[in-house]
Amino acid sequence: MATGTEPHPQADAHGVRGRTRAAIASGHLRTDRWWLAPASTAAGLLAFIVYSTWRAFANTHYYHAPYVSPFYSPCIAQNCKPMHAGPNWEIFGGWWGLSPALLILIFPLGFRLTCYYYRKAYYRGFWASPPACAVAEPHKKYTGETRFPLILQNIHRYFFYAAILVAGILTYDTVLSFRDETYAWGHMGLGTLVFLLNITLIWAYTLSCHSCRHIVGGKLKHFSKHPVRYRMWQWVGKLNDRHMLLAWASLISVALADFYVFLLSSGAFDDPRFF
Amino acid sequence: MSSYDARFRVWRGDAEGGDLTDFSVEVNDGEVVLDIIHRIQATQASDLAVRWNCKAGKCGSCSAEINGRPRLMCMTRMSVFDREDVITVTPLRAFPVVRDLVTDVGFNYTKAREIPAFVPPAGVAPGEYRMQQEDVDRSQEFRKCIECFLCQDTCHAVRDHEENKAAFAGPRFLMRVAELDMHPLDAASDSGLDRKRTAQEDHGLGYCNITKCCTEVCPEGIHITDNALIPLKERAVDRKYDPVVWLGNKIRRRPSS
Amino acid sequence: MSQVERQQWDVVVVGAGGAGLRAAIEARERGARTAVICKSLFGKAHTVMAEGGIAAAMGNVNSGDSWQVHFRDTLRGGKFLNQWRMAELHAREAPDRVWELETWGALFDRTADGRISQRNFGGHEYPRLAHVGDRTGLELIRTLQQKIVALQQEDFKEFGDYEARLKVFQECTVTRVLKDGDRVSGAFCYERESGRFFVLEAPSVVLATGGIGKSFKVTSNSWEYTGDGHALALLAGAPLLNMEFVQFHPTGMVWPPSVKGILVTESVRGDGGVLRNSEGKRFMFDYVPDVFKEKYAESEDEGDRWYDDPDHNRRPPELLPRDEVARAINSEVKAGRGSPHGGVFLDVSTRMPAERIRRRLPSMYHQFKELADVDITAEPMEVGPTCHYVMGGIAVDSDTAAARGVPGLFAAGEVAGGMHGSNRLGGNSLSDLLVFGRRAGLHAAEYAAGLGERPAIDADQVDTAAAEALRPFSAEGPADGGVAENPYTLHQELQQAMNDLVGIIRREEEMAEALDRLAGLRMRARRAGVEGHRQFNPGWHLSLDLRNMLLVSECIARAALERTESRGGHTREDHPTMDRRWRRTNLLCRLVDPTGGLAATDPVRGQIDLVRDTTEPIRPDLLALFEKEELVKYLAEEELYE
Repeated sequence: MATGTEPHPQADAHGVRGRTRAAIASGHLRTDRWWLAPASTAAGLLAFIVYSTWRAFANTHYYHAPYVSPFYSPCIAQNCKPMHAGPNWEIFGGWWGLSPALLILIFPLGFRLTCYYYRKAYYRGFWASPPACAVAEPHKKYTGETRFPLILQNIHRYFFYAAILVAGILTYDTVLSFRDETYAWGHMGLGTLVFLLNITLIWAYTLSCHSCRHIVGGKLKHFSKHPVRYRMWQWVGKLNDRHMLLAWASLISVALADFYVFLLSSGAFDDPRFF
Repeated sequence: MSSYDARFRVWRGDAEGGDLTDFSVEVNDGEVVLDIIHRIQATQASDLAVRWNCKAGKCGSCSAEINGRPRLMCMTRMSVFDREDVITVTPLRAFPVVRDLVTDVGFNYTKAREIPAFVPPAGVAPGEYRMQQEDVDRSQEFRKCIECFLCQDTCHAVRDHEENKAAFAGPRFLMRVAELDMHPLDAASDSGLDRKRTAQEDHGLGYCNITKCCTEVCPEGIHITDNALIPLKERAVDRKYDPVVWLGNKIRRRPSS
Repeated sequence: MSQVERQQWDVVVVGAGGAGLRAAIEARERGARTAVICKSLFGKAHTVMAEGGIAAAMGNVNSGDSWQVHFRDTLRGGKFLNQWRMAELHAREAPDRVWELETWGALFDRTADGRISQRNFGGHEYPRLAHVGDRTGLELIRTLQQKIVALQQEDFKEFGDYEARLKVFQECTVTRVLKDGDRVSGAFCYERESGRFFVLEAPSVVLATGGIGKSFKVTSNSWEYTGDGHALALLAGAPLLNMEFVQFHPTGMVWPPSVKGILVTESVRGDGGVLRNSEGKRFMFDYVPDVFKEKYAESEDEGDRWYDDPDHNRRPPELLPRDEVARAINSEVKAGRGSPHGGVFLDVSTRMPAERIRRRLPSMYHQFKELADVDITAEPMEVGPTCHYVMGGIAVDSDTAAARGVPGLFAAGEVAGGMHGSNRLGGNSLSDLLVFGRRAGLHAAEYAAGLGERPAIDADQVDTAAAEALRPFSAEGPADGGVAENPYTLHQELQQAMNDLVGIIRREEEMAEALDRLAGLRMRARRAGVEGHRQFNPGWHLSLDLRNMLLVSECIARAALERTESRGGHTREDHPTMDRRWRRTNLLCRLVDPTGGLAATDPVRGQIDLVRDTTEPIRPDLLALFEKEELVKYLAEEELYE
């Protein structure tokens, strides 16, 4: 075979069953449980979507002093529940009649929707593009992220900037959780721990982002000329190795934090106070 | 040492057609799939076509699909299978078949030619190149590639869509673009070549939907997606979708360091 | 039948390993239209298996290094049998060849001040091997491959055709070099994919086909190493030099059986790994030969100190040249002090932290983990000698790489003989490929350009070559009506015979028996037959390779029988010491039938003639690099007085 063998453009549009490929009828010959990973990914994501949609539209049970649900923070409409020294600023006036969560959730939603890990997860889990490695995908055509709307995935880094702000506010919320229900400082309850866990995971997930890794140092050509950024890049790289894990952990923790506030606010549970 | 007879199904045929053929073949302690294919060759089918060279995972010749998964035959130990398993071996299914386990991998050589080569820096004589280890680490990881083309084979962008082969370089060669763009002394930008931009415009970076099968199959354990493709996507964003970076470069009027 | 496709080129390079690609780059850059032809895919050549590094006296790590020191080490390693001019050119030009790779995009490991890092290796006085972890060969082949592509991109810009001046014919095999009178006129080839024959017409042919290891059972070499270039040269009328010198690398894997022979890089020892026998003893201290006594440590403490302070200590004997270490391991195993699977222990796990092992020796870590389920950061490896390299090869002119007596034929790399003498130092082969690959390409291009008239292709030769290549399809059984021979069986028997009878330790009777068995195999190989058709047929390919392996094996056995001394890669149990009188004697192998015919000859007579040839004396200024006391150990009386 000469090195100049040309690919056969348009020879066949049917992938592994194409005319030039080895004649094998089956779309794949995998014998392992390849469907398990995409199926459980899809199930996990679906569960979160159902839960978060319910909670975001509910517009209720999102504040129980001193805790504010991360779904509703910051709360920036007039119809927000008043939170003492909390993250509610009436930036949006009284005309907004829907749940204030919707105003703010766009940002973490956008961040996760364009996240390089979640992209993999839903392309595989929901779109079956591909369902698993070396398993034929059902679609006739594929253009990847070259066209609208998927070309918009390229704006991931702006959502990262927004996610930093959101994480900042959730950090503020966590600080506020060191108060008691009378807003006196220096107290802690089980909710404080839940918030601490959540914010740690949120930060870890946010900082482990591929865009972050690029911005802090990945874009450089010469690490040796930027020793501090090189160190930061290495550090972010270590987090980035666990991006998938952190994506799931923080997804669960944020739902958990919200659910905890829901339980308190709806009176189903009393926050155990430590001091 | 214990031997047993394993059941193999090996695809035999050529571009005109073919089928899986059953073999029952002896397996000894410590053997790999390639040993078994060789035994079939030596004792049952002397004309069974297969590519192989080093038998040590260094040359990347013996790529095939074993039980539907793209793998090197020389690095797949028989001990990972149960003795009762039927082991199916087929040629790479993303490329045109030539004969038996051999495919026409010319696509990859065509793509290799489309990636502009390293541009040596002007005015630096041979022997005067100075580079720090931390600056070459990233590209060195990509240069571990043994060109087994398993990543190219598994990538659904071309595996399932022949028509994309013209526009898409595939993970191996996008990684090559990343390698050159991260090479501390590559002077492409001085010669007017913007690898970040051309990665997307000429080599089809946008076709990658980062589903990571390339990384999963890489026998060298190169983090193709996380260390090459995604950073390359971010670099393309710098050029094409980031007004802040664009403005900064306009004002400072110098290539980013 | 002579209706085969013909193409005209200026230079045809056979082989796309380091030497072949370097030759092709040079020839193309000198303006010659160059074709490269290789048995495997482009970029898969055996060069990728080289692990340790490229020896070049750049002096980046120890500024005491110089080409003179490198030359001296090379001659010592080769026990003064080297073609001294080749060793000189090699030592002088290696640094430029390495630096040039960087301008083509190679990324070597770096020193703290940003230069190419260099590591210690057996037989090298200073840290000298430019390397990339333990995958230096891959880096070399990829860099050369990418340089070829870069040149093709230039041609594409200029002519609209990537292959206008430089083309790689991959998965093609040359079965005969064609000649017009004395001169080379081209090459007869076949394409594996289609099974079709074609002829490349060219006044210059560069052989760069590598080695012969596949004639031995336990070998680190891949299937390609069937001595093709050696045989092509013999058949074209060129002699082979000193074929008895075959290097057994001391450390190949010994278990599991399917990977027996696969290389364990010498860097393991260069970086601190030690050899122990089953009693836990570092036995190499008992095996330092007299000629090296002053250069190596006498105690474990001194050896260990050397890694950090090489200026005030002597190196550990694990770093003796390969022939010494291989023999020592062989003796230990024979004495019953071997490891469970018949090797000895090579241990880095107690010498370096795990993290450092994984960084410095990544592919070794990977190789043992994947293939033997051994974690080298936690336990020792089991290793034993494996056939690795042939020092002998085509007799060439030192400066031009031109094969002796056949104008237009050139040879570089492992297929060429002389450079390494009786034993090659680790790291010297990659630099050899680059230095003499370039020289071969250069002189092949000049020779082609300097010819007034292109040599003509002889249609009869083409027909004969085609008939020879097709014979396995029409093979007949023996006269009594039996079946054709299975080429795989013949190959296995050949490997077993060479391994058992002409292996690391040799005896007269055994080699005579080997010649006997080779004669029998030769007769049976004429009846080797294959099934199926011509398209990508490995059985057919092996049948063709058998001719080459049988020729080369006969050369090795005959030369080994003739040389009644032990030197470097040739160890005779019946003549256990080095004999100074043999230093000036080279053994040349030629084909009995000077027309390149391989008619069924008398089995005892064989197909190879052996001739003794006396080398030129070493140039005085080069001799002056050595102490008189050292020279006395190597040089014959009359040479000392000259």
